[in-house]
Amino acid sequence: MDWLANNWALVGALSLDHARISVIPIVVGFLISLPLGWLAQRFPVTRGFVLGGVGVLYTIPSLALFMLLPPLLGISVLSELNVIIALTVYAVAIMVRTVADAFASIEPSALRSATAVGYAEWGRFFAVELPLAGPVLLAGLRVVAVSTVSMVTVGALVGIQSLGYLFTDGFQRRIVPEVMTGVVMTFLVALVFDAVLVVLGRIIMPWSLVGHTPQRGGA
Amino acid sequence: MDLFLDALVWLLSPEQYTGEGSLPQRTLEHLSYTASATVLAALFALPIGYFIGHTGKGGTWIVAMTGAARALPSFGLILLLVLLLGVSQRVTASLIALVLLGIPPLMAGAYSGMQQIPRSTIDAARAQGMTEWQIVWRVEVPVSLPLVLGGLRGAVLQIVATATLVAYVGLGGLGYDIIQGIPLRRFDQTIGTALVIVVVALALDAMLALATRVATPRGVRQGRLDDVRARESGSRSAPVATVASSPEKEITQQRKNT
Repeated sequence: MDWLANNWALVGALSLDHARISVIPIVVGFLISLPLGWLAQRFPVTRGFVLGGVGVLYTIPSLALFMLLPPLLGISVLSELNVIIALTVYAVAIMVRTVADAFASIEPSALRSATAVGYAEWGRFFAVELPLAGPVLLAGLRVVAVSTVSMVTVGALVGIQSLGYLFTDGFQRRIVPEVMTGVVMTFLVALVFDAVLVVLGRIIMPWSLVGHTPQRGGA
Repeated sequence: MDLFLDALVWLLSPEQYTGEGSLPQRTLEHLSYTASATVLAALFALPIGYFIGHTGKGGTWIVAMTGAARALPSFGLILLLVLLLGVSQRVTASLIALVLLGIPPLMAGAYSGMQQIPRSTIDAARAQGMTEWQIVWRVEVPVSLPLVLGGLRGAVLQIVATATLVAYVGLGGLGYDIIQGIPLRRFDQTIGTALVIVVVALALDAMLALATRVATPRGVRQGRLDDVRARESGSRSAPVATVASSPEKEITQQRKNT
């Protein structure tokens, strides 16, 4: 506990860095996954191609991807951009499948009804498909957020400032409380991200609560 | 692209294949860490997962555990365990960390594999006069095999990725040449090794994908997207198997944190 008392400022600063690095892959990954996932469930040809592709990306260990992206993109191994792009790749790899499942789980009758009352393709997507897919999309986004926060720590091996620094520094100096603080804080940052997403979900999709308490009959 | 050429030259030079720390030796180390951690995780996770799946008690516990495990940084877990058990015990400590990572997906696979068996199937087995043990061994375990193998695939993927990090505590494996090469800026070495890691990870995953396909009886294709178009066109009443928000889907959703 002495270690934490003397280093709380460092822990706070690293937590903020950690959160900042985590946000971009989660948001960008989601925005890329939406069209890809929709495409994957819409046409049989694109489905195999897209889902197969993200499956391969997902299998690549992060340490290997941190090494392979820089020569492909012409960036430095030790740059923050390297880690952010790698984590975005993983976010897409996890999220695309969920997006495909989310759109696939929409009742076809709901879609036909929407078309029948006059929604055109794009209007139907934003007004009907997206809201109906919302709860499943949120569940997937929560998985992405938590694993992204946890994976940022591996970036410490390529010198990225995050809570992972507490792992490498604490290990080299044999300070158990430092490594412990890193593990606990990473867990807490992940919990905060998860909680924020849940609250955002409640605000954006107040109707999704209805699913938890089925109400029969009208008011 | 020059860097990839350098990496290829590094990969093809004979010194990578002889002596201490050769690529084949590192690969073998990596595979043995992966295999022993996977086997130990399965020995622990499968009986518990089957028990919970069979009795139906404690399912919420598994959901909570798999969720929490995603937030646990595996790199930190390895370093913490090595420090706690002592550096002389780093093999045991690393192995414990890898086993801990493999347990949630395997347990979730065993649990959800049993959960998704229709009650009527179990009732039919019971009506045939099967004992509780026979129901478990001759009905539930075989029918749940595809999802268990799915869990195994998730566990192996996680363990093989995390095994790259044990080199940081002074163990071997394929991560060694990367972690040692970064500070020296030996990018031919780091990129070359990264390519080997990718090949090993993809090969293991492909083998398990094939095993899952072979183990899946025809007609038991739940959770696949195959039926979606048929459903939407409404031309035939395909089985409604793809409900992404179902609890099984939720907990078998793989994690990724290395």
